[in-house]
Amino acid sequence: MAKHSNHQESVLPAMQPRSSARGLRIRRPSVWAFSTFVIALLVAMPVIVILAHVFFPSGDVWSHLASTVLGRYLSNTVVLSVSVALGTTLIGTACAWLVVMCRFPGKRIFEWALLLPLAVPTYVIAYAYTDFLQYAGPLQSMLREWFGWQGSGDYYFPEVRSLGGASLLITMVLYPYVYLLARASFMEQSVSALDVGRTLGLGPWRMFRRVALPLARPAVIGGVSLVLMETLNEFGAVQFFGVDTFTTGIYRTWFGLGEQVAAAQLAACLLVFVFIVVLLERASRGGKRYHASASYQPLPQYRLGSGSAALAFLACFLPILIGFIFPALILLEMAITTGDPLFGEQFLGFAFNSLMLAAGAALVAVLLAVLLSYSARLNGSPWIRSANRVAAMGYAIPGSVVAVGIMIPLAWLDQRLNLFLRDNYGFLVGLVFSGTAFVLIYAYTVRFLAVSFNTVEASLGKVTPSMDAAARTLGQTAGGALRRVHTPIMRGSLLAAGILVFVDVMKELPATIILRPFNFDTLAVRAYSLASDERLAESATSSLFIVAVGIIPVVILSLAMRNSRPGSRKRSQNG
Amino acid sequence: MITIKGKLAVTALAASMAATSVAANEVNLYSARHYDSDQAIYDAFTEETGIEVNLIEGKSDALIERIKREGVASPADVLITVDAGNLWRADQEGIFQPVESETLNSRLPDSLRHPEGHWFGFSQRLRVIYYDRSDFDPSRISTYEDLAKSEFKGEICIRSSNNIYNQSLLASLVEYHGEDGAQEWAQGVVDNMARDPQGGDTDQIRAVAAGECNLAVGNHYYYARLLNSDDEADREVARKVGIIFPNQAERGVHANIGGAGVAANAPNRDNAVRFLEFLASDTAQEVFAGSNHEFPAVEGVLKNPVLDSWGNLNIDDINVSVLGENNPEAVRIFDRVGWR
Repeated sequence: MAKHSNHQESVLPAMQPRSSARGLRIRRPSVWAFSTFVIALLVAMPVIVILAHVFFPSGDVWSHLASTVLGRYLSNTVVLSVSVALGTTLIGTACAWLVVMCRFPGKRIFEWALLLPLAVPTYVIAYAYTDFLQYAGPLQSMLREWFGWQGSGDYYFPEVRSLGGASLLITMVLYPYVYLLARASFMEQSVSALDVGRTLGLGPWRMFRRVALPLARPAVIGGVSLVLMETLNEFGAVQFFGVDTFTTGIYRTWFGLGEQVAAAQLAACLLVFVFIVVLLERASRGGKRYHASASYQPLPQYRLGSGSAALAFLACFLPILIGFIFPALILLEMAITTGDPLFGEQFLGFAFNSLMLAAGAALVAVLLAVLLSYSARLNGSPWIRSANRVAAMGYAIPGSVVAVGIMIPLAWLDQRLNLFLRDNYGFLVGLVFSGTAFVLIYAYTVRFLAVSFNTVEASLGKVTPSMDAAARTLGQTAGGALRRVHTPIMRGSLLAAGILVFVDVMKELPATIILRPFNFDTLAVRAYSLASDERLAESATSSLFIVAVGIIPVVILSLAMRNSRPGSRKRSQNG
Repeated sequence: MITIKGKLAVTALAASMAATSVAANEVNLYSARHYDSDQAIYDAFTEETGIEVNLIEGKSDALIERIKREGVASPADVLITVDAGNLWRADQEGIFQPVESETLNSRLPDSLRHPEGHWFGFSQRLRVIYYDRSDFDPSRISTYEDLAKSEFKGEICIRSSNNIYNQSLLASLVEYHGEDGAQEWAQGVVDNMARDPQGGDTDQIRAVAAGECNLAVGNHYYYARLLNSDDEADREVARKVGIIFPNQAERGVHANIGGAGVAANAPNRDNAVRFLEFLASDTAQEVFAGSNHEFPAVEGVLKNPVLDSWGNLNIDDINVSVLGENNPEAVRIFDRVGWR
């Protein structure tokens, strides 16, 4: 109860209509502000539950951690994050610019094919490459045979199961986040800015650096911060590679050392990393605004000479080769030669469950992201902004920690309900809150709201406020303006947000395993069951299915996005 | 959006009512095992008793946490784990209830049962030493303790200490040699490693076969599985690798227990007990041994040519609670000696 009243108070400042000229006039602030707050609170709850552990004493375990493993967790996490962030920025931005602004062979295919690695879970790419590249794998065995090498002492071969290997492979499956957001941003860019650049005599390269990149910066940084959070909570691949990071450390401390409190405190440290990421993003934007004025004529395109075209082709092809084609081929080979013994009807069940969960979670996450970011736009109160920030934190927390954070309050509710019914009416209803697929959708929302939120917020920020003003002058309500003005302009980004959440849920593993109801398997769970039983070849079938099911929506939606540039329909009619 | 949420909630409610309705003839399993062959056991159980089996698979620690949190509302009837440490931990959390069953008591040896029937062990998995047949004389090593000898510098492959089987093994060494002795051993093994710990047990066996290291540590059934693989390349790997059962002359080879107990708030207690009794039946025990190459808890049902060929083994019957109690200390030792 006490909590409830606190919550009311904290909403109040936000609910007062603002009369300053700075913000927009708000007709019904209470609904937007209030629902934002409730949603943010619900989404933040699991994180708060975990962080509440921080205030319990944790004995001597910290001095043990500090004197033994903490330094390694820290340095591995930092090196991994920085190298993945740099790699994904480079690949994602460069490829996005190439396919939006340049003409070269294969461009139409690259537009969507560059997204394909997104469908490959990090743990799957780790399995595939390890199998192929390790000492006992086919490549090194072949080399040894060819050159007559006797042992590992006779030659040098980079160790795939290393910090470097993990950085490289994670980069190769995560760069699409940057690519997707950067591309959407380049596509939404206004021709006027580019025209100004051109009249000032900027060539393609300088145009990219001086005009387009600064304008796309919020989107690129939004993408990189997704990548960073995804890297921070990465578990499957780093665990498999024996690279200790904060996330593997949390598991080990919780379950190996049996120190739940210290594990939660480690999770809190991880959140400090996330705060740094978020703050860096904010700081990099500074006070600048990146609204583009609304001039959505067709974008100009640079025709590349044959040399540059070949380079552009390679730049786009290599990431797809390493991040998708090659691992998919390895999986295909394993799936054909060995494969899953359950392949058949049961598989359709796994796939159906995965699809339903992913679609449901994507819908919920995009709707909530629109609601939250639009509400923050309407009402610039710091309360709303910080509520949004907290709501988007779940992304960086390892899935199983989120799962426990959800399980604790929901199972508690179930307990209370059942105790009440038993004591008063003599029967039990079982798990109403925590034992159904509903809890999975909740968990995915907590985990992936940041994905849709960052995407939607970046896009909404580019809609100039004069649009809002014009809509409201014409008699639209806040909701009406959102529906009739913002949503159509943001269509491409909304699709992007949906895709990202969808694919993320397809791949999600730890929370699904812990929270799923009886007899409810997904493709990821199936792949994991076999892989954790060290049946990699058998698990290849499910892995391949995750990839296959994941790329269908990626491709369809990506094709749809091609026409999502406002005014693009007019262009296609003319041409 | 409200309608979507509303629908979800209604569906959720309906589903949960269906899943937990009191009248249903069913048993709800929370299982840390994830072997396809287990499905054969569940099917056979349903056929014999008419009791439907509902299943959630996950990691032991997560399942324990879940049952604990669900409390009286928990639908869990039986918790199945793959290691002794987690049986102990579950018992410590108070999520098991005592079971008195003539069948279980007579069929399972004392060392594989909780004295008050809180849990029962149904199969054993041995942690063995593998060696390179072409390059290593197996008479040079006969105990876990030998692995720490400096003469094996750069020769050992073993997986990360995040793995519960390594943790249990070290927990047993803490019992036999004290914390200092166990730490000395762990340090010795780290010094002898051929490469940083990585991959799973099968990867260690493959590394031995490929000549990357002469010695490896892993559970026995991964080897048996390779030997019985459909893939000729896998069988070739197994043929290149020999197996050593450590400490045969004294306490025996370290074993972990796959076991189960009836949940404290089991809504279908009778069915749960029947299920445990079924796990001790010849049918189930033969599946453990036959399909998954585990050592069955019931004597005399062993019908697995690979396991048979190993003859009568001396298996360490250390008290399971010791493995659980020593587990956190084992992890600390691993941290201190830098065993990843």
